[in-house]
Parts: sequence; structure tokens; C-alpha cells
Amino acid sequence: MLLQIKNISKEFPGVKALDDVSLDVQGGSIHSLMGENGAGKSTLMKCLFGIYSADSGEFVLEGKRVSFPNAREAMLNGVSMVHQELNQVHTRSVMENIWLGRFPGRFAVVNHAKMHRDTQAIFAELGISIDPRAIISSLSVSQRQMVEIAKAVSHNSKIIVFDEPTSSLTQDEVDHLFEIIFNLRDKGCGIIYISHRMNEILKISDDVSVMRDGKLVGTEPAANLTTERIITMMVGRELDNVYPPKDNVPGAAALSVEGLSAMYRNLNDVSFELRKGEILGIAGLVGAGRTELLEALFGLSTVKSGKIIKDDKIQKNKNSRRSKRNGFAMLTEERRATGIFGILSVRENVTVANIKSYRRGPYISSKKMQKDTDWAITALRVKTPGQETKINSLSGGNQQKVIFGRWLLTQPDILLLDEPTRGIDVGAKYEIYQLMIDLAKEGKSIIMVSSELPELLGVCDRILVMSGGRLSGELEARNTTQEEIMALAAKNA
Amino acid sequence: MTSPFKRMSGRFRAMTSEYKALDSRGKRRWWGDFLIRNAIYIIIVLVVIYVQIYSINNTTNNFISLRSFADILKRASSSMFLALGVGGIIILTGTDLSAGRLMGLIACVCASLLQMPLEQYSAKMFPDMAPPPIIMVLLLAMAIGALFGAFNGYCVSKFKLHPFIVTLATQLILYGIVLMYLSLGKNGGGPISGLTDAYKNIVKADIKWIQNLTGVAIPYYVPYALIAAMIMWFMWNKTALGKNMYAVGANPEAANVSGISVMKTTILVFMMAGILYGFSGFIESARVGSNGPTTGANAELDAIAACVIGGVSFTGGIGKISGVITGVILLEIISVSLQWLSVSTNMQYVIKGIIILVAVAIDMRKYLAKK
Repeated sequence: MLLQIKNISKEFPGVKALDDVSLDVQGGSIHSLMGENGAGKSTLMKCLFGIYSADSGEFVLEGKRVSFPNAREAMLNGVSMVHQELNQVHTRSVMENIWLGRFPGRFAVVNHAKMHRDTQAIFAELGISIDPRAIISSLSVSQRQMVEIAKAVSHNSKIIVFDEPTSSLTQDEVDHLFEIIFNLRDKGCGIIYISHRMNEILKISDDVSVMRDGKLVGTEPAANLTTERIITMMVGRELDNVYPPKDNVPGAAALSVEGLSAMYRNLNDVSFELRKGEILGIAGLVGAGRTELLEALFGLSTVKSGKIIKDDKIQKNKNSRRSKRNGFAMLTEERRATGIFGILSVRENVTVANIKSYRRGPYISSKKMQKDTDWAITALRVKTPGQETKINSLSGGNQQKVIFGRWLLTQPDILLLDEPTRGIDVGAKYEIYQLMIDLAKEGKSIIMVSSELPELLGVCDRILVMSGGRLSGELEARNTTQEEIMALAAKNA
Repeated sequence: MTSPFKRMSGRFRAMTSEYKALDSRGKRRWWGDFLIRNAIYIIIVLVVIYVQIYSINNTTNNFISLRSFADILKRASSSMFLALGVGGIIILTGTDLSAGRLMGLIACVCASLLQMPLEQYSAKMFPDMAPPPIIMVLLLAMAIGALFGAFNGYCVSKFKLHPFIVTLATQLILYGIVLMYLSLGKNGGGPISGLTDAYKNIVKADIKWIQNLTGVAIPYYVPYALIAAMIMWFMWNKTALGKNMYAVGANPEAANVSGISVMKTTILVFMMAGILYGFSGFIESARVGSNGPTTGANAELDAIAACVIGGVSFTGGIGKISGVITGVILLEIISVSLQWLSVSTNMQYVIKGIIILVAVAIDMRKYLAKK
């Protein structure tokens, strides 16, 4: 047994993130780890790599108990991770990134020829064709992933963890990645493979472990499993009430978009119609142009051509101020980076998009701000100690509600939501869905981008599928399937 | 392993075939990109052509001549050291406001140690001291630079302070020290002059064979600057310290995970800069001949401007020695040109400021991701 994870538990204030999880990874095999967001997969890995320390339990590597203080120590001991977000030095070359911190050479003088040779040897072994001198920022995501894999190999890693490696790859790139993973497996490495994609998992895994709510549901050989069986294991009994009843009724057309193309981003000739009281989903792989579409609609990126027609008028959403005035609102994808003002209070976060309406002469009326904040907190059921609380200290779900409140105060007709439930726990997700449906019932129109297909199927009326910067299909949410969406999403990729 | 020349010609060939494959709109965009990529060089060429045409029409001298070339070279060499030092700190996403004052302090120390004997120069600061060997003074200069550099680097990395704050404070401290130092001995606060001939010769005597060959006077500190640039090129590109510097500047998180000590790298880069300031002080002292409290004041601003013009990015991890040199030379070409055009000194500041803004704004476009 290469790696044994024994009875790991980890508790955060109020949450049991890991509850007595045990699993074994054999050398020369691929062990997949599945589970919904928040099931505990990444917490488990963070415990392995020393980012968190486990409350109890132990990791045993080749018969020896190990406890790594940080990711570097783990790597030196042959345990590597290829991250979802690659942590690389973008401005430097491929080979420098691989040998960072341990450049070959003498007397602090780096031996470039040797570095180049060693890098090429690893690339040849893995069947990767990238110029070791290329600058990281000039590579595609897939190539950068390859570099990260090569780095793991250069450390003679015995255990390599892949965290959602295929989420932004095309089919050819995925096939190439699998060849490399098989290659590593055949050399005797133990692979831990974390993914949401059932087909992939069933295709490549030897064993599959499923987690739910911090517990291990079970480990079974992949040969004994089917997609349905895994879903049942992942979702358990909660399947029935994940989504609130849909009782919104789409009405007349509220917005129509004709031939929208972006100047500098990958968005081409997108046309669609959005109805009053409708929730319209946008599906697609990462890089398909979903965020680009929302940003073009909201005036965050430059539009090359196309029309946005609302209230029988062509709306020129040149920038976010103009869009706001035209009745648009937008929740961005990266809540921490572009949504909340972390060190400001809930009140400041709620009122920031609406400051002008609180003006009284040269002053800002704090009474009115307090009233609006109170409204947002009650209407959206934000759990916060008070208005003065820093938004950083709230949970992801409550932060998201605050941002909803911010935009509802601007009285929008059209809400653009980019991954509105990302990083939010299951209970809060339900509340966000309920909120969306309630808003739709009030006659607001919603466009929602999401990577979670079940969510799109559960909440939306229609689903537009994007691929390679274009629309590749439109589906009625009621009578379509995940497979149908995925097929359309891979169309132009 | 291919030779750099082969690689370059290969890249050039790939570029031309890529260009040929473009449609007319793509070609227009290519030229736009080309102009932006090479803006600095284009500005240099335009300035030189303009001044040349002006001088043909209005004077009897040519601007494009060995004499102006030598003039620009001399000025660029004397300001090169500071720019090379600050450049590394900017790559670490920092800045150094204390560079000029540190250089000034070191210049005063060098001058005070290498004054002529009392018989020849009665206002000697330390009347009873015989001048130490010049090499010892140079080493002392570099040691003082390294010490203050290490202090800056330590404060930055240990207390996680922005270098702007740390070096702002050091600048004040250094100014106080310079003033106190100048009132030591018999000096009484005034500027220090009366340097020994040996010291002056080693720095600013003209190189004989170049003068015989071309008739142009090139002082010794020009090759010193060239050597410093070469050493720094080696440090930045061929040593682990240089590579760590880029890595820490571009992504300190990734550098740390890869086992690079961010603190050690920061301190060493600041020390490296300090050593260069030390060298600069040693040279400036003899070059100017008279050193007082104003020596080196604001010199760091020119150095920072040169780096930024030369494409060393404040966002960190980006910058080349060739860029620093280009930046220094562009600034000096502009200064010399403005003098040549007899622009009033007051106006020179305004024009220089505008050129820095324009050059950097154009240069920034290379890194902006268009939305």
C-alpha cells in the first residue's frame, strides 16, 4: 500500500468538515475522489499537504507515518498536487518554473544547459512537447498543467493528486492528459484524481471513493459502478429537496440581444431573447465565453458589434454606471476579488452601488442607509450580528445575499448572475435558489451562468449552451439532460 | 542545444511568415503592436533626428557627432549605477527612495578620506590622517552601501512594510547622518573638496588611447559603468539569486512554496543595490570634486524613471538590464538635446516630466490585458 489515509477528522467552528475518513491508494493505480462541493475532498487534501492540520487520524506513506508542515515538504517527500488554480511564476520560463528553488549549478551560478537538458528529458519521458524556454504566460492552461505535472515528476513523486484537471480543457487536451496520467500510473505512481465528471471517472479509475458531508460514503472498484450509482452515493437522501418548487411564469420579452460580439474577448455573434420573469441559464466549459457574455452585456468589456434591446430601445451599456441606470445588475464570479469589499461593513457593502440616492445636499443621509440595510438584512435573511459587522466575517452564502441586496436596491429589471452559488454551502444554496425564483415571480428577469449542470436544470426555465465563444444551442430545462448539455458544450471547443 | 543566433534567426523567420499570413486588418494591428513594443527606441530616434535638423538649420554644429555621443555616454555612465541598483528592487515590486541620499553619504565619506595632505589643502576635514589606500576606501564605500541596503531589505521583508515607507524613513535618517558627518573634524558643515590627484585620476582621467584614436575624451568611469552593467546582467540572468529575484517579484507565494526564501532574496537584492550605490558614491565624489549635503539629492528619482522607461514594471517580475540601460540613455539624450536646443532649465523639467509620462504610458500598453 503506497498511501494510507487513516481515520482523519477535522472540525471547523460549527462544521465537521471531515469525519473519520479512511482510504488507501495503491501504487500503479488511479483512485478517484468524488463528492459535491463542500463534501470535504479539498479539505482532506489540504490536511495531507499541511495547509490544515487534522484533528485526529494519520497519513501513512510507504509504511511510515508522515505529517507534512507545508506543500513544499510534501513535494520533497514525493507527494505532489496539480492544482486547479496553477501557482506559477507567469513571467518566467517553463524550465525555471520546474526547477524553482533548486536550480542546477555551482556557486550560485545556474547551469542553463543542464536545466534545459533535464527538462527535456522529463518532457520526452512524459510525451510533452513544450519549449522549455517558453514563457509560462504564453502557454495554454493545458500546457501549464503539463508543466506542473513535469514538476511533480522532477521531484520523483510517488503520489500525485490531480484537482479537477480537466475543467478547462478541450477533448483532445483531455485525451493527452489521460495518456500522461496512464503513463505515470504504469510507472508505479499512485494517482488521486478529483473530478466531477462521471464519464471520465468511470473511464480512467481503478477505484472510486465518494464523500458526502465530510464522511466517506464508500470505496468501490470502478468496474462495479455506474453513473447512477455514484450519483446516489454522492447525493444520498437529500436528492428530493435540493431545489425549491419552480412557480415563476415567464411572460413577454424583456431583453433581446442581437449579434453581440466582444472586441478583445472571445465572444462572437451571440443572439438570444430573455423574457420577463424568466430564469435563463448559461452553460458551457470554462473559456466558452459565458463570463465574457455577461461582461459584454454589463459594459465591463468593449463591445465590437451587436445590439442590446430593452424596453423597445437600443441600450448602449458602455460602462457599469450606464448599465445600472438602464436597469441591469451583475453579480460577478469571483466574489472575494470583485464582489465584496472585505474590510468594509455590511452596511457599506449593501449601499455602495446606490450611494447617490442617499444624498441630502452635500451630505449622505446615514438614516436612509440604515433603513435600506435593514430592509436587505430582513428581506434576504442575512445572518449577521449587525450592520457594522465586517463582511469578511460572514459566511459565503451570507456575503452573496448582501451582494444581492446591494443590487436589488438599484431596482434592476435584469439580473446577471455569474456562478451565484459558488463556494456556498447546501442550505444557503437553497435559499439563493428560492430568492431567484421569488425575484422572477416579481417580474424580474435573470440570466445565470453556472458550471453545475444539476443546478441549471433545477432552477432555470431555458438553458443556453455556449462553446468556443458562440452559442451552440438552446434547451428547455424541463426536458433536457446533462448529457445533452455537455454534447453542445463540446461542439466548438 | 541551438545557438542563440540560430534561435533568433529562426524566430525572425517565424515572425515574417506569420506576418505574411495576416489579412490587411491583422497587418495594421501588427504595425500598431510593433510601434507600441518599440516605442522607446522610436522616441529616441525621433528626438535625435529632430535635434539634428534643428542644429543644421540654426547652428554650424552637427548634433549627430562623436562629441555629443561621448557627452551622452559620460552622463549615462554616471547615472547607470543607481538605475542598475533600483532596477532589481523594482522587479521585487519595491522602490528605493533612499538611493540618492545613500550615494551622497558615501560620496562624502570617500571625499573626506581622500583629501590632499594639510600642506596642500588647509581645510582638510581630518587634518592628522594620512589618506588610506584608494582600494580600501572603495571597499568601505561598498560596505556602507551593503549595510544600509541590508537594513532596508530586512525592514521590508521582516516587518512586511512597503519599501516606499521603509526607504522614505531611511532617506531621512541618511540625510541627518550626512549633515552630522559634514560637521565632524575641521570641516564645519561645508562641502568637502581638495581631493587627491590619484583618486581623481582613477575615476575621471580620460582614457589615453581612445583620445589618441578618436580625439574624444572618455573618462575611466565609463568603462566602470559598462563593467557594472555586465556584472549585473550576469547576476540577473545567470545566478540563482537573479532567478529567485524574478520569481519573488512575480509571485512570492509560488516562490515560497518552491522553497525560495523570500526574506533572504529581498535582503540580498537590496544589498546588491546598496553595493552599487556605494560604487556610485565613490565615483560621484571624484567626478564632482566637491561634496556636500546636496550631493545625490533626488538622484533616485532619475534612476527610478530610467528603469520604468526601460520597461522594468512596477507590477513585479518584469525587467531587463538592456531596458535599464536604454532608459538611462533615453533620459540623458533628452537632457542633452534640451540643452542643445537651449531650452530654459525650468522648461527642461516640464518637458522631461512629460516625456517620462508618455514613454511609460505607451510602454504599459504592452502589459495591459484589453477588456
